[in-house]
Amino acid sequence: MSAADNIATILSSGARLTIPLAFAACGEYVAQRAGTLNISVEGMMLGAAFGSVAVASATGSATIGLAAGALVGVLVAVLHANLSHRAQINTFVVGLVLNALVLGLTSYLITISSFTGHQVWRVDIPVLRDIPIIGPMLFVQRWPAYLLLIAVPLTWWLVERSRWGLELRAVGENPQAADVSGIRVNHRRRQALLFCGLLAGLGGAYLAVGEVGSFNQNMTAGRGYLVIAAVIFGAWRLGRTMIGCAVFGLADAMRLALPALGVTINSQLLIAAPYLLALLAMLVFATQHREPRALAKPFQRGTT
Amino acid sequence: MATLTGPDPAGRRLLARLTPGPGGWQVTAATVVTIAVALGLSALLIAVTGGSPSASVQALYQGSMASPRAWSNSLLYVAPLLLVAVGACVSARSGFFNIGQEGQVLIGALAGAWVGLRLALPGPLLLVVVLLAALLAAGGWAGLSALMYRFRGVNVVVSTLLMTFLAQQLVAFAVNTPWLLQESRLGTGVVSPQSNPLPENARLASLGEYPNLQVNGGLILAILVAVAISLAMTRTRWGFRLKMLGLNPVTAQHAGVRVGALGGMALAISGAFAGLAGALLLTSPIGSHRLQPGMSLNLGWDGLLVALVARNNPLLAIPVAVLFGVLRAGSSFLAATGVPSFLVDVVKALLVLAFVAPPAVIALLRRRRAGGEPAGTPPPTGGLPTPTPSTGEPAAPGTEVPAIDVPEATGSRETGSGPTGSEKTTMEGRPA
Repeated sequence: MSAADNIATILSSGARLTIPLAFAACGEYVAQRAGTLNISVEGMMLGAAFGSVAVASATGSATIGLAAGALVGVLVAVLHANLSHRAQINTFVVGLVLNALVLGLTSYLITISSFTGHQVWRVDIPVLRDIPIIGPMLFVQRWPAYLLLIAVPLTWWLVERSRWGLELRAVGENPQAADVSGIRVNHRRRQALLFCGLLAGLGGAYLAVGEVGSFNQNMTAGRGYLVIAAVIFGAWRLGRTMIGCAVFGLADAMRLALPALGVTINSQLLIAAPYLLALLAMLVFATQHREPRALAKPFQRGTT
Repeated sequence: MATLTGPDPAGRRLLARLTPGPGGWQVTAATVVTIAVALGLSALLIAVTGGSPSASVQALYQGSMASPRAWSNSLLYVAPLLLVAVGACVSARSGFFNIGQEGQVLIGALAGAWVGLRLALPGPLLLVVVLLAALLAAGGWAGLSALMYRFRGVNVVVSTLLMTFLAQQLVAFAVNTPWLLQESRLGTGVVSPQSNPLPENARLASLGEYPNLQVNGGLILAILVAVAISLAMTRTRWGFRLKMLGLNPVTAQHAGVRVGALGGMALAISGAFAGLAGALLLTSPIGSHRLQPGMSLNLGWDGLLVALVARNNPLLAIPVAVLFGVLRAGSSFLAATGVPSFLVDVVKALLVLAFVAPPAVIALLRRRRAGGEPAGTPPPTGGLPTPTPSTGEPAAPGTEVPAIDVPEATGSRETGSGPTGSEKTTMEGRPA
């Protein structure tokens, strides 16, 4: 294999590893802009992965499975939103418990049931895929990957340009002021979480019925936490968050590809790199106050 | 206390929050109901998936409580769970929420293994040094988060979470690296990477066998720590400051508490206890006396859940840790009977929800009943879609017609005279 082929392989596998992260990161971005540091994104992705495989196996259609996966993500989000923004239980507590619940439930259910594998179809554009280096990365992917082309601009427009997004950002920055001006703070946070659940579910389902085609126990393996790291690495800007996802996906691809090419880079360092980068990004950006000011602070009327 | 009961409004607010919200009996009753629901759901899940709930419960009981030997097995898990939980109580009480225990456990085990394998000290001195090294290393590891918060304002929850994954890779690196802690075996063969076993004198002794019931020294240590921390939190000035800091950092600062120092110390203490738990894993039979990448066994996360269920009360954490230890020991036995042990994780998560939810839900219902829905009802100023007052239509019952949006809607257009015009329209707006 030539060097160009190697690079093309790494790039395209990097893209495949990036896509689930990118979907979930769009959702997590919205949740964090609204002030919810949503830890249960791991549970959303894992639950969605299981749900998508189960439904795809039952209906025989991977596309229906994908939609079902997104719905499972929303279901976890509904639980999280009601427990943390309606009943006012500590949001980290809720997130941790939901992660544990989904991990246990999916691990249990997969040991007592068996599913047939289904995958969504692959887009393979004849001429364009032969473009050297970037061709396989851009033009040979499972079709839901191209949903990102809608999801990312839509998320950006919703948060940065719509009235809903303006109020969302206000809720994340200064919930007291938002409340005084008539925005229903916790209502808006619940909406943001549902959006997060939808996209995280899509990401998890893409992992299952898109890339792998089946469900393994704990198949997300911490990708949800990586998504949180990506949003932090992106300093709460959508574009940079997407770049963060790409960096993380590429690092993952290198970890898998480099040993095969005979290059030895410490694999632990490559696994740890995303988290390390996110921490460094936080240290650098901390003084610029990029973080939504009310991030992870619960809001309840009558308290300051 | 005297300074806080004065006319200072912030102080009064603090004390108001110290009084319990929902009544104790209500919470107790609701907890009983939610636990029953959680257990019912679990049984339903087993039944629906074709298992036998009674057989599963029987297996859980056999593996964890039926015999002294089973009890010994359960109690082995209690000590690390309790230590992690006590640490989590301290940090949660201070408001600096540490969720990185899983990583801190590993760092403690890493430091303990390094010291234990490198130092040749006589007798039980080595064990003491191993425990101390774990304590200090994990405390320092958590202290890094405190420093990042103090000097750069980095969110503590995020940094402790991210550092968990760094700790995991650090341990994997240590046991994969020949000059660090990789096992030096003479033969070759593919084995899971791990360190050499600790020498005999660095292992926790079992405190005798009472007809088959083995009690590990770690359990005594953990209970002593829980009692000591409980006393410190309720009986000392430090404990009161900690509570004040957690309830209202602004008031605490006014009262002379150095927020960064006290909170950072709480964070370091919680990390240190998690590290001690890691050293207990290393020196007790659970960890087979070796450093292994997966040796924390999710005990860090579970310990956090123990603290949540115990509502950050170290004494209450003792029985809860026993419950979790029983579930853990039972789950490995459950697996032997063919029922997937993951089921226990589901039961555990449902139980945690059942314990955590009632006070919050009761408080929610109370707020509802009192009329003030929590941040739910929109003030009618919302989007100004309907400037109705001038037409004489009644506003929604129970909501006041705010005088401020009337001049915008009508006053400025009609007369331009601010106060009188607005007053007039407001009067008209309220039908008799």
